[in-house]
Amino acid sequence: MTTLMVVATLPDRITFGIAATIVILGAIGVVVSRNPVHAALMLVMTLFGVAVLFVAQGANFLAAVQVIVYAGAIVVLFLFVIMFLGVDRQENLADEPLPFQRPLAAALVVLGVAGLFFLAFGSHWSTGPHSVAGPVAGQSGGDVAALGRSVFTTYLFPFEITAALLVIAVVGAVVLARRPRAEAEAEAAAADAAAPAPRLDEPRPAGPDSEEAAALSPSEAMARAVAETVGAARPESGPPPAGDDGPAPGEAP
Amino acid sequence: MSVPGQYYLALGAVLFGIGALGLLVRRNVLVMFMCIELMLNAANLTFVSFARMLNDVGGQALVFFVLVVAAAEVVVGLGIVVAIFRRRSGTTADDLHVMKG
Repeated sequence: MTTLMVVATLPDRITFGIAATIVILGAIGVVVSRNPVHAALMLVMTLFGVAVLFVAQGANFLAAVQVIVYAGAIVVLFLFVIMFLGVDRQENLADEPLPFQRPLAAALVVLGVAGLFFLAFGSHWSTGPHSVAGPVAGQSGGDVAALGRSVFTTYLFPFEITAALLVIAVVGAVVLARRPRAEAEAEAAAADAAAPAPRLDEPRPAGPDSEEAAALSPSEAMARAVAETVGAARPESGPPPAGDDGPAPGEAP
Repeated sequence: MSVPGQYYLALGAVLFGIGALGLLVRRNVLVMFMCIELMLNAANLTFVSFARMLNDVGGQALVFFVLVVAAAEVVVGLGIVVAIFRRRSGTTADDLHVMKG
């Protein structure tokens, strides 16, 4: 490997120092924050630092994608789930189910990072010929053109596979977020028993009627549940059905 | 040209270590997901560093795919978290003992 030991100017070193400090502090903040919301904001800090380091290394497009996708979509998704579940409360770190978990984890991490440092500083790499992807510097159009050319020619098949992966992820998220039919009917019955307000459909004896509900077709049951929900004018963030234990999860103020 | 690539590799190693430590120590599922994101970012930083050191755009293309996989992973993972903890009190990984024999 031809060592790229070109001299780095002072602004380069200052940029790297500041960005590395931001990255490390943000990562430590993610780990040590008791509140998940603070952890998410610290994660944003780390992601911005990594984006700055991407720019410093000439990966301008990846820096933009990093900010847009990570800080703009993924962290917002994290915050949405945190607020949705109402888990912005303290984590009890006192009780420890596994007594040697933390020292063992610290020892393993220190060992692994020491090994990586040894590989980064104390080894002499010998790399083979370049891949078929092409160089990143010295091309017309900069790194954006180089990356686009590579993705749409050399890595075209993986790029197509990512489209399938995203579709699968969307379908999986919808399937996971969809509420089962029995649960929806139980919730509708509970709301019906709690607030016997005038409904949209014909009056029906209140209470759990599982035989009748089981005899309904899925679409009919769904339509009835929706009609009852709308007729009772129940707010979206109402109390969930009688859970097994613990307070209700959706009690965000 | 920026600072030598070994500094970036060291920073990526430290970032990966912090993420791994958080994944092993923390018990909040959401924070564990964030630590996984930290580790993915460390890998991305290493890929970009190697792409610059070797002057090969394949590393940047790989970072592109890692971003896509990370987005999909977060979507499905958070969907699972929401589906599990819709009826439970907290998001601690120790609550997931329903499959324990």
